[in-house]
Amino acid sequence: MLQQRGVSFGATASFVGTMRDFNEGDPVRKMVLEHYPGMTERHLELIVETARRRWKFLDALVIHRTGEVEPGDPIVLVAVWTAHRGAAFDACREMIEALKSEAPLWKKETLDDGERWVEKNTSGY
Amino acid sequence: MSIRVRYFASLRDRMGRVEETLAAEGLATVSDVWKAVGEGKPLPEQILCAVNMDYADPDSPVKDGDEVAFFPPVTGGQQRAR
Repeated sequence: MLQQRGVSFGATASFVGTMRDFNEGDPVRKMVLEHYPGMTERHLELIVETARRRWKFLDALVIHRTGEVEPGDPIVLVAVWTAHRGAAFDACREMIEALKSEAPLWKKETLDDGERWVEKNTSGY
Repeated sequence: MSIRVRYFASLRDRMGRVEETLAAEGLATVSDVWKAVGEGKPLPEQILCAVNMDYADPDSPVKDGDEVAFFPPVTGGQQRAR
């Protein structure tokens, strides 16, 4: 895909989010990721298009898993190809932050003593 | 034709049903739909809504054939700008 268009991208930035085995002070055995079929995909595309208007990038890729995941499993990938590194880092960060707050996704954790819906995002730091 | 109403995540658990269908007569806004399904209780503050897969507000219009969804904040707490 990128190769056919000649190598004009100078920078690739990517983010992978993996499932932690610990949340809100409790060990987490596994997690189910729920989405809203149709709306979630639309909003992932909107997030890329919004970033594309702010930064000139050659291509971007966003993948988000749904269903059951276990600690250590990758959950989300955001990758972006740009001419220069600044746009790559900025666009990548912007897209993952937007995804966390705008894409309709919900997490249900299985703990030692039962299940729980995740109520709030980590702050990112 | 009618309005399809869908629930997701912890709200679905609370409602005890995945979705339902309502006759559109007398329903003009999202909050009207909620009153019809939520035993007349007002829309809980943190519950988000969508019409035809776009984020909406309680006063967003609804019409016959629309799909309305209600769900808790996504993944976490960041409130959508209303």
